Amino acid sequence: METTRGKSYLHSHTSSRWTSGFLSWIFSTDHKRIGVMYGVTMFSFFFLAVSLGFWIKLQKLYPASSGWEMIPPEWYGSVFTLHAIIMIFLFIVPGAPAVLGNFFLPLQIGARDVAFPRINLLSFWLYLFGAIMAIVGILLGGSDTGWTFTPPYSVTTKTISMFGTQFDSVSWMLTAAFILGWGTILTGINFIVTIHRMRAKGMGYFRMPLFTWSIYATSWLQVLATPVVGITLLMIVIERIMPVGFFDPSKGGDPILFQHLFWIYSHPAVYIMILPSMGLVSEIIPTNSQKPIFGYKSIAVASCSIAGVGYLLWAHHMFATGMATFAAILFSFLTFFVAIPTAIKVFNWTATLYKASISLTPPMLFALAFIFNFSIGGLTGMFLGSLSTDIHLHDTDFIVAHFHYTMFGGAAFGLIGGIFHYFPKMFGKMYSIKWANRAFGFMFIGFNTLYFPMFILGFLGMPRRYHTYPDIPIYVTLQQISTVGSWILVTGVTLVLGVWIHGLLRGKRSAQKNIWNSSTIEWQTASPPTLYNFEEEVEITRHPYDYQAFRDEVKAGTTAGAEDE
Amino acid sequence: MNEQSVSTEMVHHHDETGTRLGFWLFLYTELFLFAAFFLIYAVYRSNHLEDFKIAAESLNTGIGTQNTIILLASSLTMVLSLNALKSGKVKLSKTFLLFTIGLGTAFLIIKGFEWNSKFGHHLFLQTAGGIAAGEGSPLLTPGADMLPNGQVLFYGLYFIMTGTHALHIIIGGIWMLVVYRWIDKGSINPDNPGVLERCGLYWHMVDLIWIFLFPLYYLVA
Repeated sequence: METTRGKSYLHSHTSSRWTSGFLSWIFSTDHKRIGVMYGVTMFSFFFLAVSLGFWIKLQKLYPASSGWEMIPPEWYGSVFTLHAIIMIFLFIVPGAPAVLGNFFLPLQIGARDVAFPRINLLSFWLYLFGAIMAIVGILLGGSDTGWTFTPPYSVTTKTISMFGTQFDSVSWMLTAAFILGWGTILTGINFIVTIHRMRAKGMGYFRMPLFTWSIYATSWLQVLATPVVGITLLMIVIERIMPVGFFDPSKGGDPILFQHLFWIYSHPAVYIMILPSMGLVSEIIPTNSQKPIFGYKSIAVASCSIAGVGYLLWAHHMFATGMATFAAILFSFLTFFVAIPTAIKVFNWTATLYKASISLTPPMLFALAFIFNFSIGGLTGMFLGSLSTDIHLHDTDFIVAHFHYTMFGGAAFGLIGGIFHYFPKMFGKMYSIKWANRAFGFMFIGFNTLYFPMFILGFLGMPRRYHTYPDIPIYVTLQQISTVGSWILVTGVTLVLGVWIHGLLRGKRSAQKNIWNSSTIEWQTASPPTLYNFEEEVEITRHPYDYQAFRDEVKAGTTAGAEDE
Repeated sequence: MNEQSVSTEMVHHHDETGTRLGFWLFLYTELFLFAAFFLIYAVYRSNHLEDFKIAAESLNTGIGTQNTIILLASSLTMVLSLNALKSGKVKLSKTFLLFTIGLGTAFLIIKGFEWNSKFGHHLFLQTAGGIAAGEGSPLLTPGADMLPNGQVLFYGLYFIMTGTHALHIIIGGIWMLVVYRWIDKGSINPDNPGVLERCGLYWHMVDLIWIFLFPLYYLVA
């Protein structure tokens, strides 16, 4: 194993200055290195945005009458906008596909890299460039538009000039979002071509692991939806520079048209966020149950139908903005319809657990929490999808709780669980299981303490995006429970990042290939994988979750299983 | 086996079909980008039908037709260039490619004159700063001589859509220059015409978008 091919991807392969050290990462076209780079940058941004969320919740500790002011009122809009923009555009939209998709998609289909490695690197650079641009923009000028940039407010709002300059940070942020969008599109194209063209011999479409299926569905959404929002955001920039009145009703424009164009992308975007995490859960659960996943085909097809139907229900974000009644009914129906494939997945995961020998490893805990949180988030989505209740709940904390249950309790828990699952494979080291479990406990309890009261608050009429709240006893109690929850949650998040960093620096080395005894082929590579992933051409002879055949292969010694250490 | 031979053999083996698939997906996203514009055009046209008709009459159909013919001809020379390369006539292929670049440039020059004449009639987009400085045009200065909303929207869309289209022509032109250089160097050759083919696909897409822009702005007056 002393040849170049046998070396881990983490090693520098030559000694020249450009190909070793930091530069060998930033100029690397290796999909594994790109995945790790995405991971490091994304979780740094994630932690930044978590701190902002913590700050926002701290502001809500006492009602208006107390004179408590953690955030000046004129900053509040900018703070939650920054929180949202980082979380959405820099963390959860690139999310699992950028980190684990880049790393494990080629491994799962037995390929040596993605189809266009250089374009993959370009995507990362676009992401990095857009991210820096967004952060710089908001620090220089602030932006209180909310992440949706809804006109006419986003056209007319004046930005705070911090250094005595007229810095138009809103246009700047919009341009950043446009650039980030191109990074996403190129990643999507790359993955679609990779899945179509580079599967190993013997891997038919219905022999692909479910994470690959979910990435496939996600990639189509990225390619289908992102260009529309790109051009729509650019029109706001044009509008701010040259006021033609595209979305200004006093000049004959139509602000509702913007909302349609915006949500045509941004609703599919929520499926871009959640589908990959669903795929990760579909990997973690059979591995930790040691049995085939229940209803493999239906999960694969459900991923694609969620993507398909998810493209057609954008206007349920606009029930309160004014729309033809027939259109509203249609979009409401489609919203309920998309719950069917989603629920199929939840049933399949729980059915997989039935009579299984379950190991409660850290990734499994996160996967189970995903099912719990996501079910609450999904079902409260039904409240919002029905026309009459939506009028009551629109623009309240109920919505905030709902999308945090799906995006954070769902997508982010799934992604964090996925990283706990794949950590030993990515770095050939093991983190502290004990501390990972504790981190999970803090996160799960903190998360539910933080967001569950917000459902009730919203139901009682607490509007979202408000700087403070009146001195009503029930409001005060619930807000304070919620704020205390945010402290527990932040502790949990910090612990998770701490466990990872500790695992990277001090973790126990473990070169064993298949530490969780998983049946999919990415676990047959070295830990960490070598530069070209597989030493030999891979040939697939069985279903990815056929644990019976897998156990026979391990017995026969042709496949690596978990070893006792 | 040394590193170099591994990477050329294993990683960078070229999959022409895969590249073509990826490129078609990219073209799709470009079309979708314009689709958003066309959607906005459709909505405002139905909202301001009369104004759109009046404004469209101010556009010069003669110039529009001329440009359409130029762009269609450039698509033809592009195909001829690819055909020539595939049948091994490298020199002819380069000549046709030059013709295509020339026609693209001609399109841009004519477009430039057309825009310029619109500016001359003050039918241009004015910055907010310009208004503040008192350099108002009939487009944006409030008052009796201000254009109706619908016409402002028409010109706004006209400039943005043809402007984005012109930007695509410029990108296509630069790409063709690069391709020309590569044919010169021999990295694009009769056995490996893929890049020229994709460049051609891109050019046809730009052409296709114009085929829709032309009637919507010049003909349906």
